[in-house]
Amino acid sequence: MRHPFAITLDVASSLANKTGGWRVERPVFVDRLPPCNDACPSGEDVQGWLYAAESGDYKGAWRRLVRDNPMPATTGRVCFRPCETACNRVQVDEAVGIRSVERFLGDHAIGEGWSFPGRMSTASGNVLVVGSGPCGLSAAYHLRRAGHRVTIYETSASLGGMLRYGIPAYRLPRSVLNAEVRRIVDMGVTVETRHRVDDVLAAREDGRFDAVLLALGAPLAHHVPIPAVDSAYVLDALSYLHGAASGHPPQLGRCVAVYGGGDTALDAARTALRLGAEEAVVVYRRTGSQMPANSEEYEQALAEGVQMHWLSTVARAGDGELLVERMELDDTGFPQPTGVFETLEANALVLALGEETDLSSVDRAIDIHSSDGVIDIGPTMMTGHPGIFAGGDVVAGERSVTAAIGNGKKVARQIGAWLSGENVSAGSRHPLAELSSLNTWYYADAPRTVQAELERARRLTTFDEVVAGLNETDALFEARRCMSCGSCLECANCFGMCPDNAVHRVLDPLAKGPLAGGDGVLRAGGVRPFAFDYDYCKGCGICVSECPSGAIVMEPEVI
Amino acid sequence: MSRNGVRFFQVGSFAVGNRLLDPEDRTVQADEQRSNSLTSGHRACQGCGEALGARYVLDAAMRASNGKVVVANATGCLEVFSTPYPESSWRVPWMHSLFGNVAAVASGIAAALAVQGRDGVRVVAQAGDGGTVDIGIGCLSGMFERNDDVLFVCYDNQAYMNTGVQRSGSTPPSARTATTDAVGSEPGASFGQGKDVPAIARAHGVPYVATATIADLRDLEGKIEKAIPMRGSRYVHVLVPCPLGWGSAPADTIRVARAATECGLFPVYEAERGEVVGVTRIRRKVGVDEYLSIQGRFSHLYSPVRRADVIDRIQKIADSNIRRFRLE
Repeated sequence: MRHPFAITLDVASSLANKTGGWRVERPVFVDRLPPCNDACPSGEDVQGWLYAAESGDYKGAWRRLVRDNPMPATTGRVCFRPCETACNRVQVDEAVGIRSVERFLGDHAIGEGWSFPGRMSTASGNVLVVGSGPCGLSAAYHLRRAGHRVTIYETSASLGGMLRYGIPAYRLPRSVLNAEVRRIVDMGVTVETRHRVDDVLAAREDGRFDAVLLALGAPLAHHVPIPAVDSAYVLDALSYLHGAASGHPPQLGRCVAVYGGGDTALDAARTALRLGAEEAVVVYRRTGSQMPANSEEYEQALAEGVQMHWLSTVARAGDGELLVERMELDDTGFPQPTGVFETLEANALVLALGEETDLSSVDRAIDIHSSDGVIDIGPTMMTGHPGIFAGGDVVAGERSVTAAIGNGKKVARQIGAWLSGENVSAGSRHPLAELSSLNTWYYADAPRTVQAELERARRLTTFDEVVAGLNETDALFEARRCMSCGSCLECANCFGMCPDNAVHRVLDPLAKGPLAGGDGVLRAGGVRPFAFDYDYCKGCGICVSECPSGAIVMEPEVI
Repeated sequence: MSRNGVRFFQVGSFAVGNRLLDPEDRTVQADEQRSNSLTSGHRACQGCGEALGARYVLDAAMRASNGKVVVANATGCLEVFSTPYPESSWRVPWMHSLFGNVAAVASGIAAALAVQGRDGVRVVAQAGDGGTVDIGIGCLSGMFERNDDVLFVCYDNQAYMNTGVQRSGSTPPSARTATTDAVGSEPGASFGQGKDVPAIARAHGVPYVATATIADLRDLEGKIEKAIPMRGSRYVHVLVPCPLGWGSAPADTIRVARAATECGLFPVYEAERGEVVGVTRIRRKVGVDEYLSIQGRFSHLYSPVRRADVIDRIQKIADSNIRRFRLE
């Protein structure tokens, strides 16, 4: 090439200048553990299914959800939502309404008649599940998905355990419960209701089961001796709720007192009002703030007219009245008697003082041990008897529907591993995505969507569901409030804000709907939308600072 | 005027892109087919705000003109780091001018195109604050007066950076530069000096004047998109933090620019024929401390003792901007 005067070199592009050599630190994409996932007792990938829901891919979201929890319409109503307590958005405005979106997806799946994806492996054990509460159902589902044959023995007439006989229909409509139970049974689970297991070893032998899961729950009422006159009407809350759920509620009279401070106590009081009681009084020996009941249910109970009688113990149940002693908190916050008594009007006293397990079915298995009324299990959730596992309320731990469902998943995995002679390897946990690793500037200001509640008049006369679900528009809005903590949300900030064009898009941005593997989760196959070009990246760190979700970190360059 | 019309969650219109938006509603920078007018391999420092600003502006100009842009570039950082002989980082027709005459060169290009009848080709002149505020202001004023068909973009990093951070007419009061030492009772650059070129441009009554920062991409792209098809002289003044000269962390370049607008020190607005027609309102107001304390050029205001008196004077400037432009 001929050059003009004083020019000796051809025109070249700066692409020849690999500025990556300037770098002492390099940006890398990471996945941090979102606090919602971290807090979920069922081990749901909350951020993952919200991510799919945000783009309107409800089926992908639901499938992602039911990988861990087969009953989202149920937990979408009755979960205590530890995820929302942990949600980073609490510190920005209000927590994302995760449970309301979960419920929307669960209801949507029922409405659309979606069934579970097929089995994931070809395991072939024969497993007996004793009890069909949330733990038993969840375990049956996960065992079935793994390919095992599953048989459920249930003492009651219908499946569901406490979901059916403990939680009233105004919190969990039976049509919803039935649909989610049926979907699990339809996977090919053999069910025997009204089948009481008196001896688990015999039951295992008779059915030639390879393994047994004891998901016995805690079906007995905890009893405290209370002096009562012969004509006093005293019954326990569990049998009252069981009667109401079975359509044969005991008649309690005009004025009902409930003794206890948990959710069962509030459910008994709210049920009594619905069944015709004019007054329902909850008697609790501590104060309102110390009540173990869920605050949401407490608010709803108050709105329905349930009266609260704090700092009182029942001294004697009389005929149509109750003698209670006033209590007083001592310096340690513990209630102490004062010797001051008063009389309350009460035609019946319902005791809601906690639930206990029924271990009679394992009496003959001498190597199954128990302590404090719960079955002892090892780290693999197996009892002292080989092949017999236990989970849910019958073992020590948090007693909630969601925890039981998570327990069912874990124990199913352990049973599968035991049957095949393997060990379950605990996956490594990513570091937590703290709010400080996020750049919240980029999130649009968006207050939380409020779920409508049924008006009081209808709540007092019917078992209609109290809290309404979200419509699609609101559910989508709520899902999009998710900040995707610790996971790339494809905002393209790294791509757009790199002064050196050293971030490339590696995934088609025009792709809509399910992106990978049909379940709508982009990163399921390890595919990320963007990649760094270390030939030119100078390591300035703007991408890290401006990543809204904290999904990029700087790492020292190895020299 | 803020271009936050699209309110899509979870990232509304603040981020570069949003997978939930239709592609046509995304920014130019979110598009992998963007021009990359200033491509990789340039020699700007880590975290250079000017390199980012120039790509934002020219990529938007390329899209708005269907790829028909001619650029004249004054001497300065932008020219030095992008074109060390024989390499060039530019992927647009690009011409290097003297330090002070880029407005005149661009006027000439526009005139030549007009003579040829090629009015579909748009001319952009770009310069740093030195080439605009100080050395180039004569040519710029002439270009405004003749209303030549040029979009002039000033990338304002508030000092002469590539020659070693000397004070310019755009250096803010109290900032330390090589020529305004942080010594004495009034350390750093003086109060009451310097030039407000967007106001000078407005005083010329040119068709369009706008200010912007690299922290609000949608706003910046919207202004370029609006300015490109307009005829006559247009002026866009873009604040581009300089990690080297400002003593800020390279990773904080966007953060510093954002703090400049959120505290009110850098009002973002647009004007037509001299009249202000829109302002970008402050979204999350902060005090000037948020802006000053993350920059080494103001470190003498915080150490060894906090100079509340000086910071107060700077806060008063911010407050006055907020009042004058109704930024809240």
